[in-house]
Amino acid sequence: MTTTKSKVVYSPSFTDGAEFRIPTFKLLKQDGKLYKSAKAPDLDKDKALRIYRAMVTTRILDERMLAAQRQGRLSFYMQCTGEEAAVIGSAAALDDNDMIMAQYREQGALAYRGFSIDEFMNQLFGNELDYGKGRQMPVHYGSKKLNYMTISSPLATQIPQATGYAYGQKLAGDGHCTITYFGEGAASEGDFHAALNMAAVQRVPVIFLCRNNGYAISTPAAEQFAADGVAPRAYGYKMDVIRVDGNDVLAMYEATRAARELAVKHNRPVLIEAMSYRLAAHSSSDDPSGYRSKDEEAVWREKDPILRMRLWLESKKWWSEDDEKQFQENMRREVLETMKRAQKRPPPALETLVTDVYDEVPPMLAEQFEKLKAHIRRYPDEYPKSAEHVKGGA
Amino acid sequence: MTKMNMLQAINNALDTAMAADDKVLCFGEDVGVFGGVFRATSNLQQKYGKSRCFNTPLVEQGIIGFANGLAAQGSVPVAEIQFADYIFPAFDQIVNESAKYRYRSGNLFNVGGLTIRAPYGGGIAGGLYHSQSPEAYFAHTPGLKIVVPRNPHQAKGLLLAAIHDPNPVLFFEPKRLYRASVGDVPDEDYRLPLGEAEIIKEGTDVTVLGWGAQMEVIDQAVERAEKEGISCEVIDLRSILPWDVETVANSVLKTGRLVITHEAPLTGGFAGEIAATIQERCFLYLESPIARVTGMDTPFPLVLEKEHLPNHLKVYEAIRESVEF
Repeated sequence: MTTTKSKVVYSPSFTDGAEFRIPTFKLLKQDGKLYKSAKAPDLDKDKALRIYRAMVTTRILDERMLAAQRQGRLSFYMQCTGEEAAVIGSAAALDDNDMIMAQYREQGALAYRGFSIDEFMNQLFGNELDYGKGRQMPVHYGSKKLNYMTISSPLATQIPQATGYAYGQKLAGDGHCTITYFGEGAASEGDFHAALNMAAVQRVPVIFLCRNNGYAISTPAAEQFAADGVAPRAYGYKMDVIRVDGNDVLAMYEATRAARELAVKHNRPVLIEAMSYRLAAHSSSDDPSGYRSKDEEAVWREKDPILRMRLWLESKKWWSEDDEKQFQENMRREVLETMKRAQKRPPPALETLVTDVYDEVPPMLAEQFEKLKAHIRRYPDEYPKSAEHVKGGA
Repeated sequence: MTKMNMLQAINNALDTAMAADDKVLCFGEDVGVFGGVFRATSNLQQKYGKSRCFNTPLVEQGIIGFANGLAAQGSVPVAEIQFADYIFPAFDQIVNESAKYRYRSGNLFNVGGLTIRAPYGGGIAGGLYHSQSPEAYFAHTPGLKIVVPRNPHQAKGLLLAAIHDPNPVLFFEPKRLYRASVGDVPDEDYRLPLGEAEIIKEGTDVTVLGWGAQMEVIDQAVERAEKEGISCEVIDLRSILPWDVETVANSVLKTGRLVITHEAPLTGGFAGEIAATIQERCFLYLESPIARVTGMDTPFPLVLEKEHLPNHLKVYEAIRESVEF
């Protein structure tokens, strides 16, 4: 039983959906000028610069921290390079109290919300000030005060959670929504389909933002799905969908702003497919030269989303070469100095091994912890990170 | 006090929790107007509306993913998985997400409001896929609590405790007893402690330990053993995770013997964990090997279900062998 009446035919008639061609929404050309019939979103100078600074900050942070990983200071890193507009343009269209449930490559959204360089560094180095208490690999950020859910490595698990979170927001009637980010590879997981279907059925204020960046580690999109990207799946769930040039920050902002309105005012979940390219490797452990050409990368380097926005800002006289130089210099210095400070901070206390598994440490675990402490006391030289913490105890 | 069967007690617990707090929500497959295939959620939608008690699409990983998100948001979801046999599509959401939410975020976020209800166990001619007891899979996952009630009074008190506990709880309901187990249940809100076993009957010769539907089997076995003059101490573990080592160890220090029984297969079953821990604590006090009376290491059968299950005769045999060792 369906809600729409189906036309009847008397011979087998198949369709592969090819009649649905989803257009791509664009506003800004690579030279920083608007397309002929395009209209810039209602974005004032302060907000535009907040977006731009977050994009540049993300780029600088990514460059510096990948270098730090190569120097052996960090175990692991993941860059957002090439996708800054997709992530930050969309995050900027939200209310700062809307929930963000990201995958792992969306540090730009956090930078936009005001996560400090110090906060980034504390997580990356897993020191005693890391909110996550040194438990997760680098780039698994989270911030309660910035409404940014702590990252979880398993792919796509955050997508149905975003549906649930947004359902709670709808019941609370607080006028907020949830946005969840994921890659086109993660969209193959069952959790993606579960999440979209449930959101459509329950009319939940959630925005599903797929960063179609061409690759899931080494697997190209063409080996991920046969269809025209991820966007057409929305039809199957009767969900509003839009495809956007992910390197166009104005289009990303405007599409997400309109999507938020559908979600919050009309309880209509939305799927946004941001077409972009992962310019960097999947992670510091990956080497793209094994699966894609330099020429292909060069094509996308020409479409740099940050340069595109900068040219637009300059055309509006909101930003100058001097501004750029000064901001970059200051940010590079801040990143470097903050990194050095964070790296020197001590590791989390030994007891963080056993806290937060439950709200309280259960007896069996408390006993295991006592045994561990006694062991460390016997071999203090073998455990330099924690020997200090167990001194003097019984 | 009202006489109720276990389903009515569970329904009453959900009703009690939903009446007290608007944030409590019940959902799952067929949970809405129909009240669930076993009717555990009867009348809840009629009483609290479609937004608080509703059907979900048929997708277990979606149900638990959705529930995790709701709990992280501050709601108190009680998600139903129609049969414990069908919980596995949600294994990732439970094991990698529910269980680790608090730990991985350094306590910035948690899904403590989450309760997952699922009917488990055999004895209803359910074959492979309507009979399993999957508690041991989850017992290997720090961050979860696992609770199994044995009768209506326990079901209401433990379920209310699970709903209000600040940690995610898996609540496995012995479906064979849904209508078979009847008893007096207090009308008010009351909560029984999680993580605490209950000594149901004191004895001196042997400790007999189980949970859920096995407690009825143990009762029959013990009745037979006691006729032969064997004094049995009977313990209902109630919580599989975290489990009450203290109560079990103290009992075995006294009796020197332990028989553990569960429906799940022997290898990797939770009895193995209990046996290992108890032999560490009670090594010099043990008079006989710790015995495990369990389902066989096979998928759950259909026609030969009785042969497969650890029934009262098998438990009785184990008690006798333990005492005569």
